[in-house]
Amino acid sequence: MFGLESGSGFWNPVLWGCIIFIAFLLLYGIRGFGRSTYKKGTEQESSFLSGNPESTPEEMQVKASNLYWGFTSSMKTLYNGLRSMHTGDVGDYVLWFIIILAILFVVIGVM
Amino acid sequence: MIEYIPYIAVVAMVFIGLYAVVFRRNLIKIVIGITIIESGVNLFLITLGYRGGGIAPIYTSLPAGTTYPEEMVLPVPQALTLTSIVIGVAVLALMLSLVMHIYRKYGTLNVRKMRRLKE
Amino acid sequence: MTPLEFLIEQSPALIVAVPLLGAFLTSLIGRVNEKARNIFALFIVCLTGVLIAILASDVLTSGPRLYVFGAQNLQVPMVRIIFEVDSMSIFMAIITIILALVALVYSWSFLKEYDGLDKFYTLALLLITSTLGMELTGDMFNFFVFLEISCITSCALIAFWITEGEALEAAFKYLVISSIGALFILFSIGLLYAQYNALNIATLASVLQFSFVDKIILVLLVVVLAMKAGVVPMHMWLPDSYGRAPPSVILVIMGATLASFYGILRVIFTLYGEVLTTTMRFNLPMHVLVGWLLIALAVVTIIVGVLMALIQSDFMRLIAYVAVAEIGYMLLAVGTGFAAWGTAYATTALHGGVLHILNDALDIGLLFLVAGAVYYVTKKRLLDDLGGLARTMKYTTVFLLIGLLAVAGMPPLNGFASKFLIYESVYQLNPILAIVAILCSILMLAIFVKVFYAAFLGPQRNITASTGLKEAPRSMLIAMGVFAAAAIFIGLFPNYVLDTLVKPAVSALLNHADYIGMVIGGV
Repeated sequence: MFGLESGSGFWNPVLWGCIIFIAFLLLYGIRGFGRSTYKKGTEQESSFLSGNPESTPEEMQVKASNLYWGFTSSMKTLYNGLRSMHTGDVGDYVLWFIIILAILFVVIGVM
Repeated sequence: MIEYIPYIAVVAMVFIGLYAVVFRRNLIKIVIGITIIESGVNLFLITLGYRGGGIAPIYTSLPAGTTYPEEMVLPVPQALTLTSIVIGVAVLALMLSLVMHIYRKYGTLNVRKMRRLKE
Repeated sequence: MTPLEFLIEQSPALIVAVPLLGAFLTSLIGRVNEKARNIFALFIVCLTGVLIAILASDVLTSGPRLYVFGAQNLQVPMVRIIFEVDSMSIFMAIITIILALVALVYSWSFLKEYDGLDKFYTLALLLITSTLGMELTGDMFNFFVFLEISCITSCALIAFWITEGEALEAAFKYLVISSIGALFILFSIGLLYAQYNALNIATLASVLQFSFVDKIILVLLVVVLAMKAGVVPMHMWLPDSYGRAPPSVILVIMGATLASFYGILRVIFTLYGEVLTTTMRFNLPMHVLVGWLLIALAVVTIIVGVLMALIQSDFMRLIAYVAVAEIGYMLLAVGTGFAAWGTAYATTALHGGVLHILNDALDIGLLFLVAGAVYYVTKKRLLDDLGGLARTMKYTTVFLLIGLLAVAGMPPLNGFASKFLIYESVYQLNPILAIVAILCSILMLAIFVKVFYAAFLGPQRNITASTGLKEAPRSMLIAMGVFAAAAIFIGLFPNYVLDTLVKPAVSALLNHADYIGMVIGGV
């Protein structure tokens, strides 16, 4: 009822839930060994400790379009290629369709 | 040789239509290109349906002496063509009305300038 | 004959006829009362759903069912149209009707403030009709007609927000692409008729020779249907139109897109299944070649879909690119199942792929509904303009989390169940494919971290806070809740769905002789 067999492996949500539960119990146990140094009402509460004045949260939040800047800029060549592929021109959409048709014609026709 | 001419025309029309859709910039010309492809496909179906010496498949007007429709043409390709023409008219009307609205919003019929949606 | 048996016998025709009739009655009722119109449209879809459920229970227990329009006893077999319903068709019909039902419930409040809704309901019901027709028909030309109806109606629905130029642009692009595709399908149907004098899928499959012209037909059909399903690099219309249509419309169009995917399955498994598995070229069976071609397309689809989704800033467009990637996962599974025809893991791959069709409809549908709820509340599309929505939209946040975890394939949600089957079986064909699939799934999770972080966490942006934020209306929450509950249910009991729906569907695909024998024996 619960399980799933793939021939080489299996998946069981109940078993998975038990393991996750035990993992959380262990985590909670480990947390008990720590000690609390957090004091309310002190400077510890502010999110940013330096000499500079603190910015507002709106200014500090990284915007969505900048979030994966590192990833996209390190793969710049790939992304430039992908961007130049998506021209937004309907003629190019049809051209891609014809190109794929031609490739498959050649591959299947030769076979 | 003469019986191959319609098929050559079909291929020519499909390629002319595709050329218009891919390389022309005017939206109206793209619409015309699609219509040419459609006419080519319809011509193909009609050419398939032609049988030399066949008669129309109407049982009440059979020639005297014939009982079973041996020479009768099965009208499937003609039925397909009629359906395809009707659909083609609907597509054409919808496309032209869209082109009209696009001209109002974008102020141009150039497909290279109709690229607000990309990437 | 009891009334129930009569109903079962007539249901293939009624499933298409009821929404078709309802489509035009709806706009008539809309003249009288708007609320009555909404209820009537819902009633029509529910009635169709009941008919599908009745037919499904019959098809799943006693095999495929045939329905003949026109001459029953004529000697000439072509002068009629045949609907042939097997467990694969009924599986797709169930997906379509679920999507349609949820879309109508959702649009109750989502589209309340717009006018011209009479036409919206008519077009939506016509699109549902054509999608169901594509799935139930056993006739190539009939398939073309329903495909064209779905093109025209989806195009009109994509242009729903006609005041925005972008919606018109998306609709025009979609119409150009799909009408050219449909004309190529008509061309290949003409070629088939010219060679074999038949239009029935089953009759054609039994006489197919795999000559040179047949290869051309195969390529035309598969490429056009792949384009309609949104396979890279022919996917560009999909983000355009999904990103600009209202979410309730997207759900119905997604049904049509998945029906095109079903068309690919029908063509390669039923129409060409026999010849491709028996023909040998260069000591290699043809099905290996075709399977690997599909796998190549699928891998490109997954990678490009995910990479492009990562750089999107428009919420709905981002989800649309993820939907492209999800199509790639299905195609990967189908390609594996076809390339490794006959092995045990090929069947597992097909189980995963077919189950993934259902999961994709539920998960991507849920995400689009969440995006629609965000748009409804904030009237903003760009992720940069959103922020802190979790403070006011608590239920929507929970639904978003469920949806994005399910799409990324996190246990214990439904996306994991099907992706697990796909990974396990694809790994046995070629480990690199499975690695690529898993890496792209992880990237998908990264994309959704971006969505969740940008739109739902952080400070509430000034622009949005001034409009007076609130939770989405109840009917939209119900629609999202249905999908979320289904996602959790399938995640917890994958075996239940797999045994009742997916395994019969896959065995119907693999045993194409049954499908063909129905018509040949029944003539």
